[in-house]
Amino acid sequence: MKRAARLIIFYAALLGLWTLLAELKIWPPYLFPTPWGVGEALYAGFQDHSYWIAIAVSMRRVLIGYAISVVLGMILGLGVGSSKFLEETMGGLLVSLQSLPSICWWPLALLWFGLSQNAILFVVIMGSLLSVTLAMEDGRKQMPKIFGMAGRNLGASGFQLFWQVLLPASLPFIVSGLKQGWAFAWRSLITAEMLYLSLGLGQVLMMGRDLNDMGAVIAVMILIIAIGYVIDGLVFKSMERHLQHKWGLTSST
Amino acid sequence: MSTNAHNFPAQLPIPVEPRTPSFVGGVRKKSGLGLPPPRIAHEVSKVGLSDICLSYRTQSGERLLALDHINLQVKAGEFLCIVGPSGCGKSTLLHLIAGLHQQTSGKVLIDGKRVQGPGTDRILIFQELGLFPWLTVGQNVEFGMKMKGIGKAEREEKTSYYLRLVHLSQFKDSYTHQLSGGMRQRVALARALATEPDVLLMDEPFAALDAQTRDLLHDELERIWFETGRTIIFVTHNVREAIRLGDRVALLTFRPGRVKREFPIDLPRPRILEDTHVALAAREILDELREEINRSLEVEYNVGVKPRVEPGVEQQ
Repeated sequence: MKRAARLIIFYAALLGLWTLLAELKIWPPYLFPTPWGVGEALYAGFQDHSYWIAIAVSMRRVLIGYAISVVLGMILGLGVGSSKFLEETMGGLLVSLQSLPSICWWPLALLWFGLSQNAILFVVIMGSLLSVTLAMEDGRKQMPKIFGMAGRNLGASGFQLFWQVLLPASLPFIVSGLKQGWAFAWRSLITAEMLYLSLGLGQVLMMGRDLNDMGAVIAVMILIIAIGYVIDGLVFKSMERHLQHKWGLTSST
Repeated sequence: MSTNAHNFPAQLPIPVEPRTPSFVGGVRKKSGLGLPPPRIAHEVSKVGLSDICLSYRTQSGERLLALDHINLQVKAGEFLCIVGPSGCGKSTLLHLIAGLHQQTSGKVLIDGKRVQGPGTDRILIFQELGLFPWLTVGQNVEFGMKMKGIGKAEREEKTSYYLRLVHLSQFKDSYTHQLSGGMRQRVALARALATEPDVLLMDEPFAALDAQTRDLLHDELERIWFETGRTIIFVTHNVREAIRLGDRVALLTFRPGRVKREFPIDLPRPRILEDTHVALAAREILDELREEINRSLEVEYNVGVKPRVEPGVEQQ
């Protein structure tokens, strides 16, 4: 309860400061909107369904892109994690590639896939694939060797060994990487959508800019933050908690 | 599947006369071979180790001989204990039998056939157990059967049978971290038994347990061995434990591991750890073991002076 009270006080103060600055009229309202201006924009956006459509389109893209990069990342990560040669060669390349913002792939994506959905997906995949790969590789290495041996000992081999033993055994070690991959996928998507105008939250945000409607821009920003936060909290936090409980890493009931 | 002892669960549980386990499971027949213990007879060994050598390169680059021409024959239904100082390669030997590692030379034979890799006819219970923390107790026990492609109904039936055998029926849906050390040990035993292996390989399974729990598990393991008729190879550094359980005790030397001597244990069962006969038999083996322990300590502490080991004091 104390924590909730602190949070309420903090956000109330933040809103108060915002209102105060807006009311002082240092900047014109279209540059610095009031909180209720943003609220109105949010309401209007949901009212005419444009936000719902944008959310649906963006979610669909990010889910497809993320799913592909998880599958690819698992295969790549396991390969790199289990072969000394691949680790020495590919491992270094992957780490260095991670410093490249995924939007740098945009020009190439445009050339290869044209101005299409696939170009966006490509950028999303390049954004999250590396995190997932590195997380898998790391998980494979951190996972206690005993599980693999016990699995083989009990007759598991090949795909069964991977699916029933190695993957679940390394899950606690890769879940943070999966989470990071999700965050990268989401950011890459919004960036790509801002450059390529075809529905989606990124486009709605840019539309606000074109209309000089900062209320709408901030409203979409809030939406982007909220969705990212909710997925993180709902999916990944509960996954982590579930794993920790199962493995007995916490005393939670 | 060489004996009818593995037909499930037709002749289980078998009534047991504690002192004469010879009839159990139809495996052990009265024998005239004169081999200790005399109740075991089989021309072809269940497990045969012939001239097993294992060497590997250490981090400093020198070649280390871990196992040196190990020859051991284990008969079907026999309980063989392997003792030796730490670092003698006894755990490694079990890994070789399980097919998880490859020896440098020599052969591991099961029923006269060469071992090529892991197989569910031999199940190893690891020292660290290796229970799967993401599965419940029941799912852990079921795992090996699932890998063998056994149907769901049969899996469930056998899972509850083996959980009952180790007295863990109420913990079927618990996760392994919720159990005590002794209970986890029993889960590992049930998981190994549930795949119905001919040979059970146990790597110092009770080393980390308190004395009371260990005594209890000795009784249970002996009972389960009677009831299921499995061949057991049990590695331990505890000589008295070896005598408590084994039909025969093989002593390995320290680096490189060689079979120094084999001791048949003819004491009537069930044996009691504190029994004078057990203590006397232990004395004989300990005298031989002491030399190896001294050598291992010398290497470990890298000193020229042999540390004194009090007679009768077991190295834990």
